[in-house]
Amino acid sequence: MSAVSLVPAITTPAAVLAMPNGSARPVAAVPHHAPADFHRLVVGARARGRRVSALFAYPADDRIAIVVVFAADDDGLLELARTDVDGAEFSSMTPACPEVHLFERELAEQWGITPIGHPWLKPVRFQTPRRGNVTADRPKIGVTDFYAIEGGEVHEVAVGPVHAGVIEPGHFRFQCYGENVLHLEISLGYQHRGVERALVGGPNTRSIHYAETLAGDTTIGHATAYCQAVEALAEASVPARGLALRAIALELERLANHVGDLGALSGDVGFLPTAAFCGRLRGDYLNLTAELCGSRFGRGLVRPGGTRFDVTPELTESMVTRLERAMRDTEEAAHLLWDTGSVQSRFEETGRVTSDVAEQLGAVGLVARASGLHRDVRTTHPTGYYRFAHIPMSVIASGDVFARAFVRFLEIRRSVEFVRRELRLLPAGATSIKLPPLRPDQISVSLVEGWRGEVCHVAITDRAGRFGAYKVVDPSFHNWMALAIAVRGQQVSDFPLCNKSFNLSYCGHDL
Amino acid sequence: MLNILRARLHQGHRTTRFPDEEPTLPPRFRGRPLIDDARCPDGCTACIDSCPTQALATLSGKLALDMARCLFCADCVDACPEGAIAFSSEFRLAERARSRLVVQASPARRDDRELVLADKLLRMFGRSLKLRVVSAGGCGGCEADVNVLGTVVFDLGRFGIQYVASPRHADGLLITGPITSNMREALRKTYEAMPEPRLVIAVGACAISGGPYVDHTEVHNGTDSTIPVDLYIPGCPPHPLTILEGLIGLLGRTKGARP
Repeated sequence: MSAVSLVPAITTPAAVLAMPNGSARPVAAVPHHAPADFHRLVVGARARGRRVSALFAYPADDRIAIVVVFAADDDGLLELARTDVDGAEFSSMTPACPEVHLFERELAEQWGITPIGHPWLKPVRFQTPRRGNVTADRPKIGVTDFYAIEGGEVHEVAVGPVHAGVIEPGHFRFQCYGENVLHLEISLGYQHRGVERALVGGPNTRSIHYAETLAGDTTIGHATAYCQAVEALAEASVPARGLALRAIALELERLANHVGDLGALSGDVGFLPTAAFCGRLRGDYLNLTAELCGSRFGRGLVRPGGTRFDVTPELTESMVTRLERAMRDTEEAAHLLWDTGSVQSRFEETGRVTSDVAEQLGAVGLVARASGLHRDVRTTHPTGYYRFAHIPMSVIASGDVFARAFVRFLEIRRSVEFVRRELRLLPAGATSIKLPPLRPDQISVSLVEGWRGEVCHVAITDRAGRFGAYKVVDPSFHNWMALAIAVRGQQVSDFPLCNKSFNLSYCGHDL
Repeated sequence: MLNILRARLHQGHRTTRFPDEEPTLPPRFRGRPLIDDARCPDGCTACIDSCPTQALATLSGKLALDMARCLFCADCVDACPEGAIAFSSEFRLAERARSRLVVQASPARRDDRELVLADKLLRMFGRSLKLRVVSAGGCGGCEADVNVLGTVVFDLGRFGIQYVASPRHADGLLITGPITSNMREALRKTYEAMPEPRLVIAVGACAISGGPYVDHTEVHNGTDSTIPVDLYIPGCPPHPLTILEGLIGLLGRTKGARP
C-alpha cells in the first residue's frame, strides 16, 4: 500500500463529490454526468486508484438516477457521481471494468435498464422488478441458461438450493472434466425477502431490525452501518462510550465468526480436534456479546444515537478474564492446524485467487487481504472509535485457502488485543443520545469493516426526511464471483473447503 | 500427536449438563415475556405502537403478546412508561400449538408433558430422530444456532437426534426462514420426499410468522402457509438451549416430562 497521501486526491474538479466515510451531503451536490462521461469515469476508476463500493439506481422525479460510490483507499475518501437514464438501456461498463458485473445485472433486474454489451446478463435474485410491470412473467428461480461446456468426458454437477448440511440455500452448477472443475456458476436469490425495498419510506419501527437481520452473523456490522448512515443524516454526534462499545461488539463478532471458520475449515479437511475446540470457542465469543446485550448475535445493542446497553466495571473485568481464557484455548487450537502437515497440504495452493483477479473483481475484506490487497475500512476509512484506536491490517499474498485461514488467525489476535485494551479504557459518559429528525434531501454513505469485509449502506432522504432510497451492499456481493474463480481447475471434492474459506453470506447477497 | 493429546486434555470436557441441571444464561438474556396489564393506563397503546412486527395487541380488553411474531427486541419495554412488560430469563418457549404462543397476564408455566409426542410416534422417534434442515429465507441466524447444537457444547447426538443430508433419511423437517417465494417449491419438494409419518419443526420468528419480514410480498409469513407444523420454537433467533429444549421436549427427555 502506498502511504496515505496528505494532499487531496487530484481528480477533475467537480467530476465527483468527495466526502468522508459516515458523512452526509445534499443530494443535489452529487455531480451529474452525461451517460458517456459517467461511463468513462467508472471505467477509469481503477487507473485512478478507486474501486466501486456501490453502484445503484433509484427513481428521481420522472427518471432513473444511477449513483456510483467509489472508495479511494489511499486518500481515505469516498467519491460520488450520478447519471440519469432516460430510456431503458445504457452502455455496459463491465467489459472494461469487471468489478461492476453484478451491479449491472442488479440494475437490469430491479429497474429494467439493460446494460448493452454486458457479457453475461442474467437474473441476480429472481426478484420482482422495482418499477414497471411487476406482475409480468419473470423467470422462475434458478431457471436460466447456465454456462455449459460440451464434450465426451465433460459432465455437469448441480447442487442445491437444499444442501446436505445446515446452510442457507443457493444453487451451484459445476462443469467438470473428470474430477476437475472447469467452471462453476453460482445462482442465488432463494433468500430474497425484499428488505431493501421495505427500507424505503423509513425510518420506522422496523428499520433497525431490518438492518440487524440483513445478515444474521453480521448483526453488529450491518446495524452499525445503518446507524452511521442515519446519524450522518441527522447530523448527530454519538458519545465516545457508545462508539467504543460498538467497536468492541464488532470485534467480538469478528472473533466469533473467524474462530468458527477455523473450526469449520479444520472439519472440512477431516482434522477433528480443532473442529471440536473451535466449535466450542466460537460460542464463548458469542456469549461475551450476550453479556453485553443478552443476545449472542448482538441483537438490541446498536441503536441510532449510540448503544442501548452500558457496562459496569465488574462486567468489563469479567469479560476481559473470559476473553483471555478463550484466547489461550484459541491459540492452542489454531496452532494444531499450522503444525499438522496433513492440514497444511490441503490448505496450501488450494483455491487460489491472485491479487490481480481479486482486484479486477473488486474483492473486499479478508478475501482481498488474503490475496495481497490492502483493503480494510478500519484502516482506510475509519469511522467511530476506529478513528481513535487502530487495528493494524493483516495481509498475506498467497490467495489460497491457507491465506484465508491465516488472515483470520492474525485478525483474531489483533481483535482480542483491541477488545482487551478498549474494555479497560472505556471513555466515561453516556452511551447514546436521542436522535434528531433526519435532514431532507441528503445522501449519506456509511462503510463498516464487518468480519467478511466492507459493509456499505447508502441512504438518500426525500423532501420529508424519509428514506427515498436505501442501498445495501454486503461484502458477499463483491466476493461471490471470486469463489467461482477460485475453484476453477480444482477438484470437485475441494469445493467445500474453498467455499468455507470464503464463507460468504447468501442472505446478505439476496437481501 | 502428543500436541493433540495435550490440547485435548487442556481443552477439557465442555458439554452442558442440561437437561439434568439448569443452565446459566447471561443476566441480560431476554426469554419468555411477562405482562402485568394491571399497570396499563386506560387507552395507552405505547407498546403496541412501538412493536416492529405487531406482536402486541389487545385481546378482549387485555394486552397480549404473540411470541410467534416477537423478535424479543424489548422495544416495547423501552416504550412502556409503566413497566408493564418485562422479559424473563425463562428460555423454555417451545409449544405444540401456535395459539399457545400468545402470552397474557397470569401465565401458567408450560407443562413439559404437553410437548411430548403421542405414544406411537414416541416409540418410533423417541430414541432416534433424524432431521433434515431447510433454510427457507431469513438472515441465517437461526441456522447458526441450529448448527451449534452439533458442537460438543450441546452434543445433540447424545439424545439420538441427528441432522441428515437427505429428506429420504429424515423423520422430520426443521425449518428456518419466512418461506420466501423463491424457496417455497424447494421446501414443498423436500417435505414430499420424506417418508411418513413425518414431523415439522418451525424454528424462529420467521419460520412461525414471517418475523421481521411479515407481510412482505416476497414471503409467505411462515411455515403454516405451506406445510403443517408440529412444534414451534420462537425467538429471533432462539437461544440454542431454547431449540434444544424444544427438540428433546418432543421426545420426553426434559426433566418435567419424565415419569
